[in-house]
Amino acid sequence: MTAASGLAAENPARASADWVAELKDAGLAALAATLLALPLMGFQTYDVGGGALGVRTRFDWVAVAAAAVFAGRLMLRICHRLTPRRESRSDGILASLAASTSRLAMQATLAGLVFAVALPFLPFSSRYLTDLGTTVLIYVMLGWGLNVVVGLAGLLDLGYVAFYAVGAYTFALLARDLGLTFWEALPFSGLIAAGFGVVLGFPVLRLRGDYLAIVTLGFGEIIRIVLLNWSPVTGGPNGISDIPRPSFFGLPFARSAPEGCTTFHQFFGIEFAPDQRVVFLYFVILALALVTNLFTLRLRKLPIGRAWEALREDEVACRALGINPTNVKLSAFGIGAMLGGFAGCLFATRQGFISPESFTFTESATILAIVVLGGAGSQIGVVLAAILLVSLPELGRTFAEFRMLLFGAAMVAIMAWRPRGLLAHRDPSLRLAAHSKQGLSP
Amino acid sequence: MAYFLQQLINGLTLGSIYGLIAIGYTMVYGIIGMINFAHGEIYMIGAFISIIALLVLGLAGVTCVPLALALVLLTTMFFTSIYGWAVERVAYRPLRGSPRLAPLISAIGTSIFLLNYVQILQGARGKPMPPLIQGGFTLYESGGFSVRLSYLQLLIILVTLALMAGFTTVIATTSLGRAQRACEQDIGMAALLGVDVDRVISTTFMMGAALAAVAGLMVTLYYGVVDFFIGFLAGVKAFTAAVLGGIGSLPGAMLGGILIGLIEAFWSGYFTVEYKDVSVFAVLILVLVFRPTGLLGRPELEKV
Repeated sequence: MTAASGLAAENPARASADWVAELKDAGLAALAATLLALPLMGFQTYDVGGGALGVRTRFDWVAVAAAAVFAGRLMLRICHRLTPRRESRSDGILASLAASTSRLAMQATLAGLVFAVALPFLPFSSRYLTDLGTTVLIYVMLGWGLNVVVGLAGLLDLGYVAFYAVGAYTFALLARDLGLTFWEALPFSGLIAAGFGVVLGFPVLRLRGDYLAIVTLGFGEIIRIVLLNWSPVTGGPNGISDIPRPSFFGLPFARSAPEGCTTFHQFFGIEFAPDQRVVFLYFVILALALVTNLFTLRLRKLPIGRAWEALREDEVACRALGINPTNVKLSAFGIGAMLGGFAGCLFATRQGFISPESFTFTESATILAIVVLGGAGSQIGVVLAAILLVSLPELGRTFAEFRMLLFGAAMVAIMAWRPRGLLAHRDPSLRLAAHSKQGLSP
Repeated sequence: MAYFLQQLINGLTLGSIYGLIAIGYTMVYGIIGMINFAHGEIYMIGAFISIIALLVLGLAGVTCVPLALALVLLTTMFFTSIYGWAVERVAYRPLRGSPRLAPLISAIGTSIFLLNYVQILQGARGKPMPPLIQGGFTLYESGGFSVRLSYLQLLIILVTLALMAGFTTVIATTSLGRAQRACEQDIGMAALLGVDVDRVISTTFMMGAALAAVAGLMVTLYYGVVDFFIGFLAGVKAFTAAVLGGIGSLPGAMLGGILIGLIEAFWSGYFTVEYKDVSVFAVLILVLVFRPTGLLGRPELEKV
């Protein structure tokens, strides 16, 4: 690329030939866009009443689409030509963020943590922002949970939402039928989800790669279909409502206390505000997310975590070294599922209402996208990607119907830009002391 | 008995449609070793293009049904294959040589994009289509229950068989087919020997999309209603069919499709309709656990 542009500068005839080639390339792209847009954009079907369809034309849209593609393609090629490929500044920053031991990463983590703690009390923060923060944190937890399965153990799971659903429904059912509170049900949500993880893990032990992906996708759908159709227990499509909210060490958040109970605001002698519950929930989720992070970071340093990473790199070598792949894979599925179950429980208590609608394949795809876009295996990457993917559609609420369209396009664009994820860097989890010194001084 | 026969006919029809979609999965998987996650959406787009083409032809005054169907078939295959080409160009080609997860994510992104693209442009409501081909044979009658094979079902099964025969010939005899088989065996070696690998992969995506378009047209005619959400389930089921038959094998995809169609028809006929999708997923899991190579597939050698 660099050599070509250098030559082009010296030789004007060659340069003009290059420009013709660029125009031709953009023209071809525009032609393809026209052919793509013609049937679906150029003609629109509409109801004419009585169950019949009419069709109207919108050729101006096709022309706009073709022109946009022509201009976009040309711009892209010109940009490529003017800036020869080199390590850009953002690459350097991202790489240094990715190395968890670097100073920048430490500072960024600290700053992020301070910001996360202070978020509900900042002058510009609102109930909406705290709510958005809660959503992001739930996805961060889900991302970290799936990161154990995909990033560390290298098992591609497209049905992760199943465990999220199991956690949420476990809490909802325990609360409805046995009257358990949030704090009592939380461990059960995790345990039952982990149980599901192990049970679903068994049949897929021999599978790898895309086969594993499609089977786990099948599991996710089976769970959703069962939730949808097993109406006597799960409420079917209507879901379960009136899920209890968490209490502050037994002090509920309510304007007026129920019989024989003090509320949070009475106990502390402060004015009641509906925001208190939202802020409290935010901190509960923040705390649990931090625990999750510590937990997975520690796991990585335990033999089991090392076994996961070894298995990801080479299963055959693992077996030769005496690692039992069955146990290693099942533990990854189980622990990943448990974290998903916790997140599900939090989701249920936050929403107060759950239905199978919330646990579709798109949700699984979003969580997987968070892990892969973040750079599989990177904890900070998951946070960045979760913020990006969750707030992108939220910001896009102004053009409500286009937000999922943009979401899909963003997934493609980010993958094309950084195929290894935003923070693609693998710290070796173990180094020989002598070698590390040699390795650091080139 | 009569009920059984009727379900058999329904299952064969449904299975032909799944088989046509499954061929797209199996060919792409055979060559680049990846699931084309957007293939279900391509099939949905095929169904929409066919409904639009039918309406436009109706406005243009083509009233002869066979002529209209032939024209719709050709336009749908043409435009849908361009969508197949675009999916490869945008989601797969820039990521060739990247880690395996990257193309998977970009394909899922493409799939979400296409789903919403069609929903925004054509609306979320189901699109009804009056039946074009009516009538059929009564094969068998007993106790007030008659087994019927409609002309449409016959047409679907015959077109599927014809397309299967045609594609098998293309793969077996033409130079394109030879290039495809070469890429399937060893893509790097094929490139060294002068096969234009990019072009072969593009053509494969286009062929798969064209077959999915035929399936889309048939589903439009068969069910008489199309919405933007049909792609996901049909895609997963067709992939199941491809795995069941042995991925990479063309006759396997067809066989798998027909088996999946039959399982679904009999399950809905004799058990519960609500859980018919569960039956298909259960079959997928059982096949992968007990016979990962599928019915007609070759065992995959593990290289160390």
